[in-house]
Amino acid sequence: MKFGVVVFPGSNCDHDAWYAASHNIGHQAEYLWHSDTDLRGSDCVILPGGFSYGDYLRCGAISKFSPIMAAVKKFAAEGGLVMGICNGFQILTECGLLPGALVRNRGLKFICKPVRLQVGTTNSPFTSAITPGSELTIPIAHGEGCYIADDRTLDELEAEDRIAFRYLDNPNGSLRDIAGVLNKERNVMGMMPHPERATEPLMGSSDGLGVFHSLVSAFATHK
Amino acid sequence: MSQITPEVVAAHSITPDEYERIVSILGREPNITELGIFSVMWSEHCSYKSSRVHLKKLPTKSKLVVQGPGENAGIMEIGADAEGNPWCIAFKIESHNHPSFIEPFQGAATGVGGILRDIFTMGARPIAVMDALRFGPLDDPATGARNRRIVDGVVHGIAHYGNCFGVPTVGGETVFEPSYSGNPLVNVFALGVFRKDQIFYGKAAGIGNPVIYVGAKTGRDGIHGATMASGEFTEESKQKRPNVQVGDPFMEKLLLEACLEAMQTGAIAGIQDMGAAGLTCSTCEMGSRAGTGIEIDLMHVPQREVGMTPYEIMLSESQERMLLVAYKGREGEVLDVFRKWGLDARIVGEVKDDGMMRVRDHGKIVAEIPSRPLADEAPLYHRPYSKPLRTAPMEAPAFASKDLTKDLYTLAGSEDLCDKRWIWEQYDYMVRTNTVQGPGGDAAVMRIKETGTSVAMSLDGNGRYTYLDPREGAKLMVAECCRNLAAVGAEPIGATNNLNFGNPERPEIMAQIVEAIEGMAEACAFFETPITGGNVSLYNETLGDPIFPSPVLGIVGLMKTQMPAGIAFREAGRDIYLIGGIGAADEVRMGGTQYAKQVIQQLWGLPPRLDMTFEKKVQGAVREIVAGGFAESAHDVSDGGLAFCLAESTFGNEVGAAIELDSTLRPELLLYHEGPSRVVVSTSDAAAVERIAAAHGVPAVKIGTTAGSELVIRNRGEVLIETGVRALKQCWAAALENKLHAEVHA
Repeated sequence: MKFGVVVFPGSNCDHDAWYAASHNIGHQAEYLWHSDTDLRGSDCVILPGGFSYGDYLRCGAISKFSPIMAAVKKFAAEGGLVMGICNGFQILTECGLLPGALVRNRGLKFICKPVRLQVGTTNSPFTSAITPGSELTIPIAHGEGCYIADDRTLDELEAEDRIAFRYLDNPNGSLRDIAGVLNKERNVMGMMPHPERATEPLMGSSDGLGVFHSLVSAFATHK
Repeated sequence: MSQITPEVVAAHSITPDEYERIVSILGREPNITELGIFSVMWSEHCSYKSSRVHLKKLPTKSKLVVQGPGENAGIMEIGADAEGNPWCIAFKIESHNHPSFIEPFQGAATGVGGILRDIFTMGARPIAVMDALRFGPLDDPATGARNRRIVDGVVHGIAHYGNCFGVPTVGGETVFEPSYSGNPLVNVFALGVFRKDQIFYGKAAGIGNPVIYVGAKTGRDGIHGATMASGEFTEESKQKRPNVQVGDPFMEKLLLEACLEAMQTGAIAGIQDMGAAGLTCSTCEMGSRAGTGIEIDLMHVPQREVGMTPYEIMLSESQERMLLVAYKGREGEVLDVFRKWGLDARIVGEVKDDGMMRVRDHGKIVAEIPSRPLADEAPLYHRPYSKPLRTAPMEAPAFASKDLTKDLYTLAGSEDLCDKRWIWEQYDYMVRTNTVQGPGGDAAVMRIKETGTSVAMSLDGNGRYTYLDPREGAKLMVAECCRNLAAVGAEPIGATNNLNFGNPERPEIMAQIVEAIEGMAEACAFFETPITGGNVSLYNETLGDPIFPSPVLGIVGLMKTQMPAGIAFREAGRDIYLIGGIGAADEVRMGGTQYAKQVIQQLWGLPPRLDMTFEKKVQGAVREIVAGGFAESAHDVSDGGLAFCLAESTFGNEVGAAIELDSTLRPELLLYHEGPSRVVVSTSDAAAVERIAAAHGVPAVKIGTTAGSELVIRNRGEVLIETGVRALKQCWAAALENKLHAEVHA
C-alpha cells in the first residue's frame, strides 16, 4: 500500500506521518508537494498536521486553494481514502470534504497532551481494525480543535454513524465530544488527535496503530 | 549626513576611548553608518567585552567536541548510523531577556526564533527546545499584575513560535523571585542533529563568490536591539518597544526547509543567520572568520519599507533572514531552492580579498571597515571586581516548624515547586516523534532515529545559591544538571551556558560574574562537560536593582534509546532507596533552600555543601542502576529537599510511600535540606541496587516502601509527615493556575 503525505508550506507533522506509515506500519510512503497536482499513485492521502501557510488567516483557509487539493478532492470523489490529521482535518472542513468547522479551544490556549478517546464507529476504513467501543490514548496538539457544526449536521452525523472518535475527557469544548468525523461516503476522515504520534511504545502509546492497520486492511480488501 | 558629535557617540553607548580606537582602525572619523555598525558589534551583547577575559577560563574541549565556542552553536559527535557515518548534535542557549520585558510575547517568540536559526544555519535540524524562565512573584501587590502578564505573554510567545515552526519544547524550568520583577529572564536552549559531513560554517570563503541574502525582507524593527540589551533598564526603556523584533515562525519554518535543502545541493560555501546586529554582524563575521572581505550593495537588499537609510538597513534586526555565500557559477541552484519555498533570495554582493566590509548604496560607498578589527578586536575590559554583592546575613534566624506536613503543602503549592503543566501543555512537546521523555521529568530524552541512541538534556540554575556564594552556587548548578542526566541513565558529554548578571561596571557585580565563571569552569572540568558555546546577558538591572546572579546551564548527555525510569513510583510494595544517603546539613546551609524561601521567607547563610568527588560517584551509581533497568523510578533530590522529592515521586501514579528515616538531624533539616549528591530510587530489585551502589562506594540507604495512597514519613518512629497523596497533589497541580488567575487587591 502507498501512502501519500501532502507537504504544504508550514506542514510540520508531515515527517511524522511519513515515518509512522513507512517505518512503523511498514508500507510505502511518499511526500506530495502542495503545488503539484499528481498524487503519484497514492492509495491513501494523508493531510498532516502543522500550520499550513502559517494559518494566519483561518486554519486551513489558504490550503484549500492549493493545486494539490484539487487533485485530492477529485481522488476523494472517486472513492480514494483521505485522512486529515489536526491541521489536515481543518483543511478538510475548509474545503468542504467534511462538515463542520474547528475553532479556538474553549480554554483559548494551545493544548498538547495524550487524551483518552472512544472509537465512535468501527464501520469505516479508518477504524475497522479497532475493537468496537474500545478506549484509545492518543495525543492532541492544537490551538483550534473545538469541533462545531449546527444541530442538524450533528444529528445527521450521529444518525449516520459518522463520528469516528469521541473524547472521553473533552479537552477543547468540541460539540458532542467529537474528535473525528467521516464523510457520507466514509472514505474521508478527519481527526484532531494525532494517531501517527502513537505508533510505537517509545512514543508512549501504540494506540494509533489501529487507524493505520484499518487503512491497510481496507486497501487489501478493496484490491 | 549627520554630524558625529560627542553626544551622538554617547547615544550609541560608545565611550570616548572606544571612539578613539574606531578612529585609529579607520584612520579617519567614522560616518554615522559606520558608527552605528561599530556600536552594535562592540556592544556587550555581541562582543562579550566585559566577560571575554574570564570566559577563557572555561573548559571547551573533549574528544567529542567538533566545534567549540565562537561559531553559531557548539557541535559534538554522538555516534554513527547503520552505515557508519558519524552524526553530530549542535546546541546552544541564548537569552532574550530585555525584549521579553518590553514586549513579552514577541520578545520570547523571537528568542526562540533566534536560537533555532543558530542551529540550522550550521546544517542541523532542530529537534528540541528547552526554556529557563525567571519571573517576578505572581502575587506581589505592586508588581504581581505585570508579572502575570509577562508570564502569560512569554509562555504564549514560546508556544506560538515553537509550535508553528514544528520543534518540540521538551523541558526547562521556571523560577520566581522579586529580583526578576523588573527584569525577567528568558533563556532558550535548542538542539539539532545532522551528519558530521554536513556541517556548515559562517565563513565567507572563496574570492569572487556571490553573497546571497535570503528570507524575510528588512524592516525598521529591532534597530539597536543589541545595544538595548547592553544597557540597564530605565524609565526610558519602556519607550524602546520599536527595538523589539517581530517574529514569523511560518517564515522561519520555510527558511529552515529551504536552507537544509539548499545545503544538499553542495553549492553553498558558507552561511550565517542574521540575528543580533543583523546584516552588519553576518557580513563582518563571515568575512573575518574566512580572512576575506564582503562587499554588498544595499540596493539589492529586499526591503519591507520605503526610504530606509543605510544606517537602518545595516542595523535592522528583522527576523528570519540569512546571509549565505554560494560557489560562483552555482548560485542558480541555490536561488531555485529558495524560489521553490517562496522565499526572497537576492545576490547582494560578493566575497573580496581585501578583508574589508564594504557597504554600498546604489554604488556609493556608505561604510568601509576592516572586518577583523570590527568583529574580533572589540575592546576587552578587565573590569575591576571586589567581593560579590550580598546583603543577606550569614547567621540563620531562629526557626521551628509548627507543622511539618503543612510546610510540605506550602512548598508544593509554591510558585517555584508547583506543577508547571499549565506552561508546558501549551507547548507541542511531541512533534517529530522523538520525545522519549518530555517535560516534567528530571531531564528530557530525545531519541535520534538515525543513530539509535538518545540525547538527554537538562537546564538548571539556582539564583539563590549563586547569590549566597557565586562560586559554590555555580558548582552546585553543574552538579545538579549532571545529576538530572544520571537520573535518566545518561552520561553527560557537554554543556552550554547563559550568564545572566547585572551591571559589570559595578565591581561587586563583576565579582559575582568572575566567581561564578570560575566555579563553573572548575565543575565543568571535573564532570567532563566542556562548554561548547553560550551567551552572556549583562546589565540585567532595573533602576539600579540587579537580578540575582543567575547563570543557567544546559547539559546534554548520551544514553541508549530506552524508556527512562521516570520520577513516579509505579507500584506499591517496592523498596525505596536514597542513593547517596541523608547527607549533612546545618542551619547556615539551610539559608538558600526553598524551605527558607517559602516557609521562613528569608534568605541567609550559604548554599548546600558540595563534595564533587562524592557527587560523581553517586551519579555513576545512579546512572548504572537506571540504565541497567533496575529502577522503577529515579528522582534527584534538589529544590524542596527529600520530603518534596518523595512527594513528587508519589504524584504521577498516585502511589504513596511509607518512609522510615534514621537520623539525628532536626526534622526541618532532615526533610527539607537541599544537600546534593542524593537520588531517590524505587526498585523491585533491591539486591542489584545495593550491589551497584556498593561497587561505586556510595551509600544506598533503604528508606521505606511504596504503599497505598498516603505519604507518611517517620524518623526513628516519630511521624513527621502524614498526608493523602491526592490532596497534596491537588495543591501542587492547581497552584500555578490559581496564582495566575488571582486578582490581587492591593
